[in-house]
Amino acid sequence: MASANHPSAAPDIRALKMRAANLRRHMLKMARGPGQGYIGQGLGIADLLAALYFHELRHDPEDLDWPDRDRFLMSTGHYSIALWAALAECGVIPLGELATYGADSSRLDMSTIDSTPGVEIIGGSLGHGLGQGVGQALGLRLDGSTARVFVELSDGEMQEGATWEAAMSGSSFGLDNLVALIDCNGIQADGKIVLKMEPVVDKWRAFGWESREIDGNDMLAIVEAFRASRGSNGKPKAIVLRTLPGRGVPTLELREKAHFVRVEPEEWDVLIEELERTEDQGDG
Amino acid sequence: MAEGARTLAMGQDEATGAGRITVDAPFGHALVSLGRARPEIVGLTADLGKYTDILPFRDAFPERFFNVGMAEQNLVAVAAGLARTGKVPFATTYGVFATRRAYDFIAIAVAHSRVNVKIIAGLPGLTTGYGGTHQAIEDLALMRMVPGLVVIDPCDATDIAGATAAMADHDGPVYMRLLRGKVPVVLDPAAYRFEIGKAKRLRAGKDVGVISTGLMTERAIDAAEALGKRGIAVGILHVPTIKPFDTEAVCEFASSVDRIVTAENHVRVGGLGSLVAEALFERGIAKPMRRIGLPDRYIECGSVAHLQSVYGLSTDRVIATIAAAA
Repeated sequence: MASANHPSAAPDIRALKMRAANLRRHMLKMARGPGQGYIGQGLGIADLLAALYFHELRHDPEDLDWPDRDRFLMSTGHYSIALWAALAECGVIPLGELATYGADSSRLDMSTIDSTPGVEIIGGSLGHGLGQGVGQALGLRLDGSTARVFVELSDGEMQEGATWEAAMSGSSFGLDNLVALIDCNGIQADGKIVLKMEPVVDKWRAFGWESREIDGNDMLAIVEAFRASRGSNGKPKAIVLRTLPGRGVPTLELREKAHFVRVEPEEWDVLIEELERTEDQGDG
Repeated sequence: MAEGARTLAMGQDEATGAGRITVDAPFGHALVSLGRARPEIVGLTADLGKYTDILPFRDAFPERFFNVGMAEQNLVAVAAGLARTGKVPFATTYGVFATRRAYDFIAIAVAHSRVNVKIIAGLPGLTTGYGGTHQAIEDLALMRMVPGLVVIDPCDATDIAGATAAMADHDGPVYMRLLRGKVPVVLDPAAYRFEIGKAKRLRAGKDVGVISTGLMTERAIDAAEALGKRGIAVGILHVPTIKPFDTEAVCEFASSVDRIVTAENHVRVGGLGSLVAEALFERGIAKPMRRIGLPDRYIECGSVAHLQSVYGLSTDRVIATIAAAA
């Protein structure tokens, strides 16, 4: 099956920004339901997911098992709020189902699970995603497929040793069909990043990855990094995205950076209004 | 203990096979033969290809073989990824590294994900003199607790060849202990067939019923011969699959004998002996029972024959334990 999102199509930046704004709207409404969630991280990667699902990924919401689809592996399972928003926005799951986020028996759990349509791996045990991406990229290459594998992981996740085991193997195996998307939002469970992670992009370069660093909330920069990642040069690609937790909602952007943002029940409507004002100013 | 016995270098065989015909690298050769018919089978190792008998597969199918280096978490993760693209990965390392170091990956990336990965684990129990770092003495207990995982402890070359084929046919994750190098033929390939989840009665005998797994079945067979000459009738039930456990066969066998001895190349807790006790207790079958297995401690370096004798796994020690039970 072909997809409208073939990467050879020119990006429509304005349309992609509108998609990102839609994802943020979905997420705020989802978080309002259970009154909690990883809303900071979700808002931070909304631009990345919009660029992936509406531009770079060759995928078909009508045919999730298409063998030659590009794979998107979300390693940080707690970012599920963003993945559910993206899967609903592109029609894999009904928009109306988003209201069940985090509810008992919902398919839209607080952490990603592979039984939900459109989910490629079980995320959440950090350090698991990239190695599985290496395996999928190897398998697709063995099959002669042109499909690519995109793995999202986080700055905190780079503290897991398995991430670097995977990084070494990805370059040793010459997997130029593999793209690591490293969301650097500066926070982890205990607050601000607890170890010295810099220089992040140099680490990936040293491990043999073609690496670049971008503003992860700049749509133009994201699609340009994707375009540059398509090279068949025998090297896996790493895109280091500097993102702002809570992006698009000024109150959350300014709130103390926390892994799990506390929002009072009566605040949600205010936050949603803030997002709409920000979007009106063309700042999304 | 042999005069002047020493810890042998990694890869030297010394654990089993005295007086029996041996087969060289039964796992690797079985995998090559399966690989010819099934292009989806791929092989992986974590810098232990030479010591886990998978090099015949690498030589036959170099493009389908991946050495990830000393990185067992990644070994399991990469295998899980390959399985997601329709491959059937066989990943080899030592049991200690697979189970202790990569447990979370086996649990989540493989078992919870229900992917078709086969983990092949060398140096089971007390089959190396390299000490606690290399002796997988508790792997069966760790693996049997993982939901959905098939766990196999083969006795010999016949079991290994049969189990390799059976796990390739089984759509789901498997952990198999590996006997490597020159592996004895204990079970007659013409009369015995490995089946996942099935225990096999190898010998009738009412005085003592031995329920054994892995290489301890070889010791049980030799012990039963010796004890038969002393007028003690020893029956043997071989249980090569630890999970799913053949509760029916175990209970039926236990009901047919006066006393029970379990025998495993593993700590006495959490493995075969525990499984048998759980099964019999739940069915209300009360029999005198002893468990042959390793004690609750880490074991020192030394020659394997010496260590197996000290820790109760040698044929002589097995004979003595069964005789004491009778």
